Amino acid sequence: MTSVGTPVTRVDGPAKVTGAALYSAEITPPGTVHLAIVGSTVAAGRVTAIDAAAARAAEGVLAVLTHDDVPAVASPPHLLPSLLGAAAPGESFFPMQDTVVHYAGQPVVLVVAHTYEQAHHAASLVRVDYEAAPAITTIDQGRERAYDAERLFAGLMPGREERGDVEAGLARADLRVDMSYRMAANHHNALEAPSTVAVWNGGELTLYESTMGVRATQQTVAQLLGLPVSHVRVITHFVGGGFGSKAMVWPHTTLTAMAARIVGRPVKLMLTRPQMFTSTGHREEQEQSIALGATRDGRLTAIRHDKLSITSLFDDWAEPATGVSSQLYACDAYLGVHRLIKGNTMTPTFTRGPGETLGMFTLETAMDELARRVDLDPLELRLRNVATTDPRGNPWSSGGLEECLRLGAERFGWSGRNPAPRAQPDGDWLIGTGMAVAAYPMAFFMPPQRARARIFADGSATVATSTQEFGTGVLTMATQVGADALGVALSDIEFQAGDTDLPNSTAAVGSAGAGMVASAVHEAGTALRRQLVDLAIGDPGSPLHGVDPASVTVTAGRLTSSDRAGATDTYGELLGRNHLSDAEATGTWRPPPLDTPHGLLTFGAQFAEVAVDPQLGLVRVRRLGGAFAPGRVLNPLLARSQLMGGMLWGMSQALLEGNHTDPRTGRWAETNLAEYLVPVNADAPEVTVDFVEVHDDVVGPLGAKGVGEIGQVGVAAAIANAIFHATGRRVRSLPITPETVMEPTPAAAPT
Amino acid sequence: MSTTESRQDIRGPHCVPVTVEINGRGRVVDVEPRVSLLDALREHLGLTGTKKGCDQGTCGACTVWVDGRRVLACLTLAAAAAGHEVTTIEGLADGDELHPMQRAFLENDAFQCGYCTPGQIMSAVKLIEEGNATTDEDISEFMSGNICRCAAYPNIRAAVRQVRDAAGGAA
Repeated sequence: MTSVGTPVTRVDGPAKVTGAALYSAEITPPGTVHLAIVGSTVAAGRVTAIDAAAARAAEGVLAVLTHDDVPAVASPPHLLPSLLGAAAPGESFFPMQDTVVHYAGQPVVLVVAHTYEQAHHAASLVRVDYEAAPAITTIDQGRERAYDAERLFAGLMPGREERGDVEAGLARADLRVDMSYRMAANHHNALEAPSTVAVWNGGELTLYESTMGVRATQQTVAQLLGLPVSHVRVITHFVGGGFGSKAMVWPHTTLTAMAARIVGRPVKLMLTRPQMFTSTGHREEQEQSIALGATRDGRLTAIRHDKLSITSLFDDWAEPATGVSSQLYACDAYLGVHRLIKGNTMTPTFTRGPGETLGMFTLETAMDELARRVDLDPLELRLRNVATTDPRGNPWSSGGLEECLRLGAERFGWSGRNPAPRAQPDGDWLIGTGMAVAAYPMAFFMPPQRARARIFADGSATVATSTQEFGTGVLTMATQVGADALGVALSDIEFQAGDTDLPNSTAAVGSAGAGMVASAVHEAGTALRRQLVDLAIGDPGSPLHGVDPASVTVTAGRLTSSDRAGATDTYGELLGRNHLSDAEATGTWRPPPLDTPHGLLTFGAQFAEVAVDPQLGLVRVRRLGGAFAPGRVLNPLLARSQLMGGMLWGMSQALLEGNHTDPRTGRWAETNLAEYLVPVNADAPEVTVDFVEVHDDVVGPLGAKGVGEIGQVGVAAAIANAIFHATGRRVRSLPITPETVMEPTPAAAPT
Repeated sequence: MSTTESRQDIRGPHCVPVTVEINGRGRVVDVEPRVSLLDALREHLGLTGTKKGCDQGTCGACTVWVDGRRVLACLTLAAAAAGHEVTTIEGLADGDELHPMQRAFLENDAFQCGYCTPGQIMSAVKLIEEGNATTDEDISEFMSGNICRCAAYPNIRAAVRQVRDAAGGAA
């Protein structure tokens, strides 16, 4: 009986529903004091004076620290995505080293006090004077300064991707579709604020940190403080959501450690909700445009895809928007270009479905328009253009797109759809349906992943690796994988994680977490099983002495051989006979090489039905349906939840989420959950999730491709296409807000 | 204003003992009057099951019951809870026996990261008692004070329905 693939409920569920699960700010070592950070109120300029007298005199205050007090970092940070497994600062900048201000909210003063209230009250008493300089925080302010980005993602990806002759492809097309969009900035807004508890013991530092990568945090903080990596330990029991905000290591973590060293006590920091908008990156404001050339029967002859976005003064960061548009459809001529504007913001960062959710919004709304122009069903247009290999001619590691399109359409009831816009009134509402392709690249930048498996003479077992649980269900899935690999019952094995003292595991980002952890745990469990099978075969006291190892199976800790009917041994008895209190093994999984001769995309298809009130500008999503081919599904209950959550993130991206800076101050206009809208229960329709089974030998021993992002990709496009179907109008900005949908006078509406 | 007066202005008020009944047990906590019920629970009483999501009354993660009514602990001063009965997520299970709503959240996978979960459950239990769980529309409307950023909303509705139906129909 295998556990992988069965809908086991979360192993950490009881702790989460009873409140027993401990998140980082809930760790309070004896003597803990509290840190409050004062952020810059200007977006550019310099600090000219800091009056901290009132704060220093306030009750309970232990220290008020400025750039004069904070130590210099041992080496300047260099942005590097945490998936690479090395130090991963979120930006190539560390604050409080001098008086210069690069972005609003940049830390300028630290206040440490005995209690949370004392720290925040004293922080409110600090007076900072600035010499403000002109700031650029919007695309409109910096458009003249835009430049072509040579490399993105800390140099990992080219800023430009080109094959064939796009101009020629567009010239020979029978028709051409041009679309352009403005997309507002997004903020992750995990429900748990980023938190750090820093505890020094002599020259050794322990951090309780809300992070998606304990190892990345360990290495980054060690590098910035000039400590041996072995002197920094990072512990993360539970994380209250990440969505990319905790994928990189941001300055507040190291500042907390610095403050703790200065005051000589454990220091706790929990960022405030407003600070979350200026402390851990964001999805940058951007504009995208696309030109599709096609033959009259709907075959693509050229794609040109452009993105323009704002980055920080210190990093060439852009969410890569062309990773899917460059390879999803068979098309000889492609050009993707990222242009950047350096502005007064922190370095943007990964936000769920980084890059490709908006890139696919652009491509898939253009494909919807193309379908209308060539008079083809949008589904048929996709099927006609689907690429059977990647652009290098390599086969997909596993496919499934056609099957997802067909299954999703069948489950949604797509066939027989009247393509005419405004054809389905329902009282004051106009009903529309739309669809889009979902696809997301897999990246194998990570170093080898390790895990350890251990079994005790009483038959109980553990598997361990240094990953962390932030809602993906990794604790549950890894327990299932470990149980199957070792051959023990689920109830006899425990998965340990969330601690850099455990074997190496890279930050869980880019939908890679479950695959990496499952692969390493599988290797460790398998190695230990082999070791124990060999022990039994070589043990004259074992009923299995001398059998062929290939004949041995282990279930629920019981060893049997197909070559010797009736003979059984157990792990417990085997260890006991051999005077062993335990046995352990390490397993290593090496990711496929970067030049693997395979296309690496995960596929899916999205369908949406909306109701639009054109007089009020209201859009209600009535239902969402998705079909996905994520390879091996380790736990369908949990995978379904993650895909459903991703789809609702796509709905939110389409209709709710967007922030702008005030061009006069350079500050974000919305810095709380009353103004920055995220979905509530009443916004969320019923969601259908279906799976298409595909087998994948390339991505790891279990063939799991990940479900973290793919659920979100394509949803915003499917909703926008449904709004067009309902109203006959294409909205050219995200989010699609009521004023952009509203038709002031029905008579003026296009027909 | 003299220096002495200004120093008095900026000094925090002194701690006062606050007596509250929490999960059926009398507790005395020595806190400044400005301390919220949420911070009193989390930082002073070791009851960290109640979560701080926004500290601004917008997310519902800190939902607890005061005298049987659901309130936001971040917008309630600890001192204002003096003499009242407070119930937190830690007081819901009967020993090792989960409350039916806790079990329903687990079985319906009504959470992912788990951070909003205590607040969701404290709201959900009251929803049924209040008679606001009759239809799916009611459930989603009356649960909309509790944000779940992982967006487990359809599963949360399923969990509420399961408990409502097991309790013998809508309250």
